[in-house]
Amino acid sequence: MLSLRGIGKSFLGVRVLSGVDLAVTAGEVHAVVGENGAGKSTLMKIICGVHAPDEGTIELDGRPVSFGHPLDARRSGIAIIYQEFNLLPERTVAENVFLGREPVRRGLVDRAAMEEATARLLHELGEEAFGPRDAVKRLPVAQQQIVEIVKALSVNARLIVMDEPTAALAEHEVESLYRLIGRLRERGVAVVYISHRLREVFDLADRVTVLKDGARVTTLPIGEVTPGELIRLMVGRDLGTYFPPRSAGAGEVRLSLRAAGNHRLHDIDLELRAGEIVGIAGLQGSGRSELARAIFGAEPFTTGEMIPSRPRSVREGVALGIGLVTEDRKAEGLALRQSVRDNVLLVARAVRAGDRAGVRDLLERVRLSPVRREQEVRYLSGGNQQKVVLVKWLTMAPRVLLFDEPTRGIDVGAKATIHDLMRELANGGMAIMMISSELPELIGMSDRVVVLRDGRIAGTLPAGASEEAVMRLAAGEAA
Amino acid sequence: MPLLTRLREPTQVVFLALLGLVAVGWALVALDGGQFLTLESVVGIQQRSAALGIVAIGQTLAILAGSLDLSVAYLISLASLVAAEIMAGQDGNIGPAVAAVLAISALVGLVNGLVITGLRVHAFIATLGVALIIKGVVDHLYDGPAGKVPESFQVLGYSRIGPIPVSALLWAGVAVLAWFLLSRTRLGYRIYAVGGNEEVARLSGIRTGRVIVLTHVLCSVCAGIAGLLLASRLGAGAPTVGTDGGYDLESIAAVVLGGTALAGGKGGVAGTVGGVLLLAVLDTAFNQLEVNSFVKDVVRGVVIVVAVAVYARRTVGRPA
Repeated sequence: MLSLRGIGKSFLGVRVLSGVDLAVTAGEVHAVVGENGAGKSTLMKIICGVHAPDEGTIELDGRPVSFGHPLDARRSGIAIIYQEFNLLPERTVAENVFLGREPVRRGLVDRAAMEEATARLLHELGEEAFGPRDAVKRLPVAQQQIVEIVKALSVNARLIVMDEPTAALAEHEVESLYRLIGRLRERGVAVVYISHRLREVFDLADRVTVLKDGARVTTLPIGEVTPGELIRLMVGRDLGTYFPPRSAGAGEVRLSLRAAGNHRLHDIDLELRAGEIVGIAGLQGSGRSELARAIFGAEPFTTGEMIPSRPRSVREGVALGIGLVTEDRKAEGLALRQSVRDNVLLVARAVRAGDRAGVRDLLERVRLSPVRREQEVRYLSGGNQQKVVLVKWLTMAPRVLLFDEPTRGIDVGAKATIHDLMRELANGGMAIMMISSELPELIGMSDRVVVLRDGRIAGTLPAGASEEAVMRLAAGEAA
Repeated sequence: MPLLTRLREPTQVVFLALLGLVAVGWALVALDGGQFLTLESVVGIQQRSAALGIVAIGQTLAILAGSLDLSVAYLISLASLVAAEIMAGQDGNIGPAVAAVLAISALVGLVNGLVITGLRVHAFIATLGVALIIKGVVDHLYDGPAGKVPESFQVLGYSRIGPIPVSALLWAGVAVLAWFLLSRTRLGYRIYAVGGNEEVARLSGIRTGRVIVLTHVLCSVCAGIAGLLLASRLGAGAPTVGTDGGYDLESIAAVVLGGTALAGGKGGVAGTVGGVLLLAVLDTAFNQLEVNSFVKDVVRGVVIVVAVAVYARRTVGRPA
């Protein structure tokens, strides 16, 4: 039904996809798997008309098509359900389903027809828990997802792309999503299913396509592959990258957690020691970032113990000497329109302490010296921005520094500098915790890797563990 | 929806507050030895509310679409002058005058909308700029009341049918039309969508710019109608009638008081009507109690802030 051939795409000169083929047949559930950065999202955005491919062709029912806008794709019967839903919370289910296409009768919106059509689709999907008149904001996430699916079906979508559809769902909700996908399949709707969770891939998919580093590795019927093989296909690559050598040993315990938890985390036991880099692995939604934010005091632990003490706010976290280099530096790490100098001094000014005089030395230490200190941070490259965030924390000489995706979206050279700096800081006696969804980086940098799954620690692996071992723990596959 | 949930909606809250206020006002005035809400004072409330009410309906549309309009006060002054000058005391000129006012208002709204969507200027600045332009023109041409409204047109401002002033009927008419627009037409649905989340609206195939421009045209036309009403009441046009009434900020306050989210996408006309009435009843109570006007402003300020704080709480405390 849909067939992509030789799709290639670059962003700002960086090649994200090259020569990707994908064929989807009606009534098929086609899983697309790959590590972060393998190009899954870009491929999906090309299918749905968000991006146009630089090269390659897309054919729908044997006819070449090109989508200039998501609406073009939708008119051709292709819908996507993003992790972030495109719904209006204040409006009703029916109003959302028919948004922009409200049926009219004698010039007026025909509410009755709209609600009836919505009710019919809900009924066909076996959904009785809510109706067309309910406000979307009152529905739990799983039901909002159903609204998105109904919205897709109401435009007669023949192919629905689901991007990590279970990331936001609880266990029992996943079951009903399975049933729903089953019904879509019966209707002859094709589903392209993107997920990190191998169990779902094996439960649902008819075929699976593996992407790696922007290229297609293979496409296989699900019966011809085992979970172990699939993981190998996803991660198998040369570890050509250089990481700084590990330190000799860990020092005193800087921070320890005993049975700590909150609404997203349960029974966390963890020790961070001076001189050590602890890597945190896990799938999206496993609680990685939540762990860092809890230790830092941004979303505090509510149960269990944290030694020296459990921060109830960021201020208390900072007072304990804990810093967090956040995952989203533009939204949470930097005041983009302020100067390098003002950004670097954010923490020092907030806690009225820290080493203001040493800022110049610190900037040189992170090799940011050519940058003017008065320059607005938004004009810096991603790598230099990240260094500014780092220096911001170094002004208060933290005892524990948490890194959440420290090298996301920065170039290779800056990556190496950040890696070197992290190791240097550890060698200088800092306790470091690092979250990364890039497994080679995580394994290459960490002295041990703690794997999270569903808000709990699934296991701890020593330095130099294999990517497969980490993935098995993270995905919950028996080794 | 169960009754209890319904009662938590801002629209219900504002009418409950209105009832409460009437009760408290009645008690206080009675203690003072007077009578609250006589026929006279009810008529007074309706007349006082009508102009603000009409402007606030227009403002509701703009705010629901995620925009807002600060130019309404100056536009009202301009409209009153245009009306009175063209009428020049002649009955035969009423038709052309009304048409001219509506046309000029629609044009101002079109400019507001195009500056916001085409030049991508934030609504706050765009409409402030347009407001200053109108002010400059009006101040240059007039330094006092001008023109003359014929007696027959003053019916609009002063007559009543039974206990209901004509101006209140006009307000009610505008409110019903706006309610109908919002709840029964595609444009209404799109206004909520654009204000709720412009990106979602765009990805659903809605031409968001066009929706914003249209709401600004409607908002300005409402201001023009209010200008006509005020001209009929004054018997002439006045360059300060809009700003003296504080219709710009007051209309926004009434909308917000009625539970419409300042960010857009949530609320409606009914709440705004409640908000306007609440402000008017408050005024009447203060007048009858002969409260000092500074205290009056302080209380109004507190009421508005408290109301919005209450709505904010309700939004946060909602289950998933």
